[in-house]
Amino acid sequence: MSSIATVFPAGAAPAPVPQPGAMRRCDTTGLQICLGAEKFIKFNAVAAVVFLLVGGVAAILLALTRWQAVHLLRVDWFYRILTLHGLNMLIFWILFFEVAVLYFTCTVPLKAQLFSRKVAWASFSLMLTGALMVNTVILQGKADVLLTSYLPLLAHPLFYLGIILVAVGTLTGVFNFFATLYTAKRDRTYEGSLPLVTFGATAAAIIAVVTLLHGAIVMIPTFTYSMGWTAQPDPMWYRMIWWGLGHQSQQVNVCAMVSIWYLIAQLTTGAKPLNETVCRGAFVLYILFINLASAHHLLVDPGVGSAWKIWNTSYAMYLAVLASMIHGFTVPAAVEVALREKGYVKGLFGWVMSAPWRNPAFSGFILSLLIFGFIGGITGVTLGTQQINIIAHNTLRITGHFHATVVGGTSLAFMALTYYVIPLIFRRDFIWRSAARAQPWLFGGGILLVSLGMSFAGSLGVPRRNYDIEPAGIFGPAAHLFLGIMGVGAIIAVIGLLLFVVLCVGTILFGEKNAGRPMADWGTAQAMAGTREGSLAHDHWAMKGTVALTGVFLACFAVYYFANWKALADVWPVR
Amino acid sequence: MSLAIPDRDWYKAPVGAEKLWIGLALFWCFVMSLMMPFWHFRGKQNSRGEAYAVKPLAFLERTEKFAAANKVGEFNGMPVAEPAPGGDAYLIGRMWSWYPVLKLRQGETYRLHLSALDLQHGFSLQPLNMNFQVLPGYDHVLTITPTSKGEFTIVCNEFCGIGHDKMIGKILVE
Repeated sequence: MSSIATVFPAGAAPAPVPQPGAMRRCDTTGLQICLGAEKFIKFNAVAAVVFLLVGGVAAILLALTRWQAVHLLRVDWFYRILTLHGLNMLIFWILFFEVAVLYFTCTVPLKAQLFSRKVAWASFSLMLTGALMVNTVILQGKADVLLTSYLPLLAHPLFYLGIILVAVGTLTGVFNFFATLYTAKRDRTYEGSLPLVTFGATAAAIIAVVTLLHGAIVMIPTFTYSMGWTAQPDPMWYRMIWWGLGHQSQQVNVCAMVSIWYLIAQLTTGAKPLNETVCRGAFVLYILFINLASAHHLLVDPGVGSAWKIWNTSYAMYLAVLASMIHGFTVPAAVEVALREKGYVKGLFGWVMSAPWRNPAFSGFILSLLIFGFIGGITGVTLGTQQINIIAHNTLRITGHFHATVVGGTSLAFMALTYYVIPLIFRRDFIWRSAARAQPWLFGGGILLVSLGMSFAGSLGVPRRNYDIEPAGIFGPAAHLFLGIMGVGAIIAVIGLLLFVVLCVGTILFGEKNAGRPMADWGTAQAMAGTREGSLAHDHWAMKGTVALTGVFLACFAVYYFANWKALADVWPVR
Repeated sequence: MSLAIPDRDWYKAPVGAEKLWIGLALFWCFVMSLMMPFWHFRGKQNSRGEAYAVKPLAFLERTEKFAAANKVGEFNGMPVAEPAPGGDAYLIGRMWSWYPVLKLRQGETYRLHLSALDLQHGFSLQPLNMNFQVLPGYDHVLTITPTSKGEFTIVCNEFCGIGHDKMIGKILVE
């Protein structure tokens, strides 16, 4: 019960006197929690989970339609639900959760007060109004245009207006974050540099501003066109700017997810970054080198030439990929060193066996790291290679890639964090704890099957966003098998998702209150007798298991990458 | 502690295994970056994005003229057009068909003009799995050399409305 406090030595120290009424001292960690931030973390987290549920119901309907043996929905409802799924999952669930993460990271670690509750209200109501507007218009059948709403496809004006409101609301929340950072610095609530988690969230917030500006640039003229006030924007221009929103927002997710990895690593194993400079430098690389990621979606488009495509694919050196590869080393290395310092030193992987796997936050975080890195990362960089995109564009390979990054990576990391958010912020201990321990495995395992099924079907040419592959008359048993694997995976993943929602809602309503005592412990790594924290601080080769794992990762990456060049070399010459 | 204020002297150069990994990762990024320009000059499959502005109606006119002048037969009621080796071929994507059917010869090179009349479409040539974007207003030119014989199917892989999945075309190679 008391063990979580062991990873928070600060918890034992006397807390600074909070401003009356505005803060409370956390009974588990001893950290000061701003009550204003706490309130809006709750609001945004609850909204996020509601939209996750909507997206999840949509997901199972879609998977059971594309699984050709079931083929559930009618054609018009398939594209309608596909539109609903994209917006609720990729935009609403993720943005609401990210605003909650931003409010947490700018207040609690800095012992700061949220800049303004009014601004937080404005942000939340704008986002919620916009999201409800979009969902209503979609379900009325007035916006069957999918997430990307590529012109000249046209939706009802309220669809665009809703998205604009969500974007403006999010920007307002991001403004509150920056204003809080400023007032915290001004009022000297902390001395020195930002904690790493806040630093990562700041990177996410900076990219979010750039991203949402792209959203405004593309959505406002599309809205005015849909109202009949202005001429139709060029479809190619639309694609380029829309993906400045669509792809960069994924980098916001990556930054938020990686920050959460660092946070959960500390909460569950007491891990600390081996080298702050390296971790922070990697976040800076994200900010600097992701700006034109929209190019990844235009690699087989007309009107943009080879030089433009190649330059923007890699920004000369793939430095944003480098950043992810750095985090992919530093996060597990920090966990390994922390566990080795606690005495789990047997062989290369003794620390893995003794890690707190029964803790759903830990298992969710590790699954998120592995699925994001091994599946999402490797496929993403390969499919986003300029020429290789010819054998991947708009097939299910693309969908297979981003279900590994955004769902297996980001969403699973967000779920994992929730196993601490609800006990610490809502102050209720989880109900049905044995089910909670299984939840990340169900969701992660299911989404892994979804991703692999999609990727292999896509390699056989099966298009994404397609109601029925039978009219083409060319897709054989193998393609049907992989779509079936995707369907089975989706059932498992959606069971994991529904279980997550039941656990969250059930806990918020019926969970045992834990105010006045530490939260019920999920299980954290315990130090063996005679060990000392920091004992490996000067052994720069202590993370032998991580070195082996990343070596395997690099080998997988190289094999997959060059296998795709070989596959490309086998198709018709084209230029 | 990633949640705590770092020590004052947190600025340190990477050392040990961390330094080795950054070096390896950087080298790998370097290799991947160089592969693209390498393939641009030495590889045979590239997407240069060669394109010209064209009004949808003008493109329709060109394609109909091309189909009439080069018609060699019919395939399921659709004209089959065989362009001269080395010549231009035109292909329209529209809701929900590809027009016309093309007949090409193995080993010959053609300039294939792709454009859309209404919405965006996706040119996905199966079972080769070669994919290109087709936009209204853009005459997208692929200089393409069929190296295998048979009947190839064009699947639309950009969402274009309710009949999207039934938008199927053919390229015959002899």
